[in-house]
Amino acid sequence: MTYAPSPAPANGPLALVDLPTRPKVRSAADAFVRGRRFASRALAPVLILVVWQLSSATGWVDPLVLPSPTDILAAYGELTADGELYDALQASLARSLTGLALGGFTGLLLGLFAGLWRVGEELFDAPLQMLRTVPFIAMIPLFIIWFGIGENAKIALIYAATIFPVYLNTYAGVRGVDSKLIEAGRVFDLGPTRIALRVILPTALPSILVGFRYSAGVALLALVAAEQINARSGIGYILINANVNQRTDVIVAGIILYAVLGIVIDIVMRVIERIALPWRGKLVLA
Amino acid sequence: MSSLSLARLPDPAPPEGPSRAPRRFDDEPLAVRLQGVRRTFGARAVINGVDLEVRRGEFVSLLGRSGTGKTTLLRILAGLDQADGGEARVPQARSVVFQEPRLVPAKRVWRNVTLGHRRGRETRRIAEAALEEVGLGGHADAWPRTLSGGEAQRVALARALAKEPSLLLLDEPFAALDALTRIRMHDLVEQLCRRHRPAVVLVTHDVDEAILLSDRVLVLADGGIRFDAQVELARPRGQTEPGFAALRARLLAELGVAGPADPHHA
Ligand SMILES: Nc1ncnc2c1ncn2[C@@H]1O[C@H](COP(=O)(O)OP(=O)(O)O)[C@@H](O)[C@H]1O
Ligand SMILES: [Mg+2]
Repeated sequence: MTYAPSPAPANGPLALVDLPTRPKVRSAADAFVRGRRFASRALAPVLILVVWQLSSATGWVDPLVLPSPTDILAAYGELTADGELYDALQASLARSLTGLALGGFTGLLLGLFAGLWRVGEELFDAPLQMLRTVPFIAMIPLFIIWFGIGENAKIALIYAATIFPVYLNTYAGVRGVDSKLIEAGRVFDLGPTRIALRVILPTALPSILVGFRYSAGVALLALVAAEQINARSGIGYILINANVNQRTDVIVAGIILYAVLGIVIDIVMRVIERIALPWRGKLVLA
Repeated sequence: MSSLSLARLPDPAPPEGPSRAPRRFDDEPLAVRLQGVRRTFGARAVINGVDLEVRRGEFVSLLGRSGTGKTTLLRILAGLDQADGGEARVPQARSVVFQEPRLVPAKRVWRNVTLGHRRGRETRRIAEAALEEVGLGGHADAWPRTLSGGEAQRVALARALAKEPSLLLLDEPFAALDALTRIRMHDLVEQLCRRHRPAVVLVTHDVDEAILLSDRVLVLADGGIRFDAQVELARPRGQTEPGFAALRARLLAELGVAGPADPHHA
């Protein structure tokens, strides 16, 4: 293709575009737009539910393969009626939160140690970076040998899995603090401890919290894996029983419970981030 | 040595005549004493035998072409870098304003201003007094992210003042500001230095800025101070005065930019 110079500008008016002005906050029209947006978001899920329900109702899909939404709702009713659901949620939450708290705390300590002190980096960083590459699910057989098939093995698995995201992000966050800021701290007479507390930690906090959010997601994965081992309580217990009894509706109900747990954990972590980081602007494109 | 107290802040500056004669500092105590200071990077001696004395209340500008070691010398004065040879004596209370504000983004403005202070009931009041002085009294609770460039740099200045320094080090603190803001910052810095009377070393590559603000200008070249002159101009100074233009031409020549043949850079 040859380059063709654009023709000389005509002497007429320029083509101008209108730039939008900032919309007024919370007008009635705005509420309408919000409503419409919500409706368009809800459209696809609702459609899927309707098709799903219809295909089961018409006998198109075997309920043993995929039970209908109403069957699943009924399964929830059954699970709540005898208190099984509540007990299971409590057991699973306790497991994942215990593992997450211990693993996150360990990751935080190791990350701070490796980030702030060269000795720490020399001691931990290489081994942890290597361990990180081992998929934690591959460790299950080893954990069973070490900890048996009881509660300890489950928490240990969650613990091991949740160390790394917090460690990596804490280490990266601490190391990522601008050395010019640290220098400013030195100019203003901050010793190493107060530089860590007043300059490095607050500046690295966003990264640390991202680590915790990742770890929370990993904790859920590890929970699911751990509860496959041999659960006498928790969501995994419901799933194992349902599997034995060929109750597909209960199985799907259990899977959805895991999903809801994941969403709740994510929301909680985001709320924590928003409260802990008031100084960060909203980084949203649209 | 008398201390510079923020408690005195509300007092108005002493009345000044419209035209003040150049000040003399011979009777003031020494705030900086460098003797044969050297700093080498690898085989290169960036600072190679600098002698310098600055007295309390004296405003000294350090000019020099890019890469001549101005920042290196300032960092030695600040205690952020160590000389490889020679002697350097400076007061304990030193503040630096860098080219960038260097505020901790996670801390509110007033916490940044009192970054190095012990936390107590007085802390907030000290921060507010310092912010008031730089004209940012209402911004104590703002986050650094929300400040304009000039405002952030004034917070950095407030932080430097809140430490009540005997030596104030400024490394091109106005370089990143727009021309109008820069003029206002010049006035502010001049007024604050007159009130608090620290010894000031300003690193700049702006000749006009150096002449406007300083009692003395230095030119750093080839690792040493190659030019050292009092600015014998009454304040406030105007760029249109003949003395101003003459000194300007001389300094530009020293910097090897323009003017008569330069003995050092021939
Ligand atoms: N940490 C360092 N390591 C190596 N060289 C450096 C370092 N700091 C400064 N220099 C060199 O020293 C010279 C002077 O730098 P600097 O003091 O920043 O100059 P200026 O502030 O006058 O522009 C430059 O050539 C620079 O490359
Ligand atoms: Mg420099």
